[in-house]
Amino acid sequence: MQMIQPVPAPSRPAPDDLPAVRVRGLVKRYGGRAVVDGVDLDVRRGEVFALLGPNGAGKTTTVEVLAGVRRRDAGEVRVLGVDPVSGDRAWRDRVGVVAQTTGAGNALTVRETVDHFAHYHATPVPSTELLDLVGLRDTARTRVEKLSGGQRRRLEVALGVQGRPELLFLDEPTTGLDPAARRQFWALVRSLRHAGTTVLLTTHYLDEAAQLADRVGVITAGRLVEVAPPAELGGHLRAGATVRWTEDGVPREVHTATPAALLRDLLAAVPHGEVPDLTVTRPDLEDVYLRMVAAAEEDPR
Amino acid sequence: MTAAPLTRPAPPSWASIALARVVLELRLFVREPEQVIFSFAYPVLMLSIFDAVFGDQVVPGGVTFSQYFLAGIAATGIMLTSFQALGTAIPEERDRGDLARLQTLGTPAAAYFAGKAGQVLVTTVAQLALLLAVASLAYDIPLPDDPARWLTFAWVALLGALAGTVLGVTAAAFVSSARSAGAVIPAIAIVLQFASGVFFIFSELPTWMQQLAAFFPLKWLTQGMRSVFLPEQAAAAEVGGGWEHGMTAVVLVAWVIVGVVVCVRTFRWRRGG
Repeated sequence: MQMIQPVPAPSRPAPDDLPAVRVRGLVKRYGGRAVVDGVDLDVRRGEVFALLGPNGAGKTTTVEVLAGVRRRDAGEVRVLGVDPVSGDRAWRDRVGVVAQTTGAGNALTVRETVDHFAHYHATPVPSTELLDLVGLRDTARTRVEKLSGGQRRRLEVALGVQGRPELLFLDEPTTGLDPAARRQFWALVRSLRHAGTTVLLTTHYLDEAAQLADRVGVITAGRLVEVAPPAELGGHLRAGATVRWTEDGVPREVHTATPAALLRDLLAAVPHGEVPDLTVTRPDLEDVYLRMVAAAEEDPR
Repeated sequence: MTAAPLTRPAPPSWASIALARVVLELRLFVREPEQVIFSFAYPVLMLSIFDAVFGDQVVPGGVTFSQYFLAGIAATGIMLTSFQALGTAIPEERDRGDLARLQTLGTPAAAYFAGKAGQVLVTTVAQLALLLAVASLAYDIPLPDDPARWLTFAWVALLGALAGTVLGVTAAAFVSSARSAGAVIPAIAIVLQFASGVFFIFSELPTWMQQLAAFFPLKWLTQGMRSVFLPEQAAAAEVGGGWEHGMTAVVLVAWVIVGVVVCVRTFRWRRGG
């Protein structure tokens, strides 16, 4: 009997089925040293993806390559279906970037600055609405050079979302913000996500990734070591538990994948008494993250 | 905030961004007092100093040094507002990350250059108007009444300002930081001023210096200005025995073209690679 041909896949998936970002084998070297060393990454349309890692892990470089401002040394990159190296103005208008170190004419007021940059976009958010969105309405008439660090950061964010981007890159957006401003910023990211914007943010704050992201990619030493929803991050590391107790006055600590078996043995040894100071703890997200980073950094190439 | 539009119109034309940039550059210029004072007061101040020290001396061509110097300082002023101002300002903008933002916004480099050129032209016109008014009213230096001479003035000033603009953009690409720009760019400007017949009588400079200066636009810009502000009989005292308008136009246009090609190829939005 002849095999029935499988139904051919549609020759081209609809654009919205393509991931917003698709990266395979990305390498970027500075002076012979690979700061991004073979990263594979998919960011789905409409999700908030956090690239989490310590300083110097390659987060910023990755975002710079994706935003089309740095050339890569190897690998394949598609951002909104386009190779950023050949991204034209129409493509750039669909991509918003909030970088770590960008400036604007410091002698302008906040309002003048957003009014000016509105000229660069096909469909800019009206200036008043934009300033309300980032909480800068009351500083609209302040010169940029007089803004506090947090206010300046908010202006950066305003300019990043001014063109109603489909995809927004946020490079360590809350560094230097006070706790209240951070929460306000998180609310802004959630509202952007709600409106359908895809967000790729980098952060070295674990709580930020856990709060905002649908999925988290842990990057360290230029390599993406894991991608998972925050609750599932480091699944194999979470599976283990630490059992602590005191035996003959000496504190004991055992890491085990099978805490129940260990407990049975412990309890069997003292059928009637107590096991002093007995605790069983599962690693929390921070423990998992720190162990992942430490493991990757010890790993020799 | 509303979502990203499903069908997005094309981004604004580069010309509309260029226009917005001219407005922005002028606004930033007037808000920087050092810039305004330097650009407008320096030529006037130099004129008053040279008038006080050498004013009555008669130089080859039968004019006073003040009249000779007016041509040189007008040319210098153009170079300052174009070459020197841009050569130092652009590396500052690059160091501060202003240019990195423009890059992420997809700003056409041509729109950025046009904004600079527009700002240079407007400030040059204001600077020259002030200089000529002071020269005429305070120092009794005769200004031409022949419209043909003002036409010469217009094309020489325009070509000089454009050459200075593209060379300032080019120079900015070759300096690594705002700090080094602050040291290198004014040094280039001052050497050219001495070699191009601004502070000294050009025909009295050593021949090798004249020949070296003839490669650069400032010499031709200065000579063109002398053809505007000096009487006709002074032409005979020129090194070439005349005003050489044709050669002046050729050299300045050549610098503009070469400068455009080089600055487009070397322009950097960011420090380093």
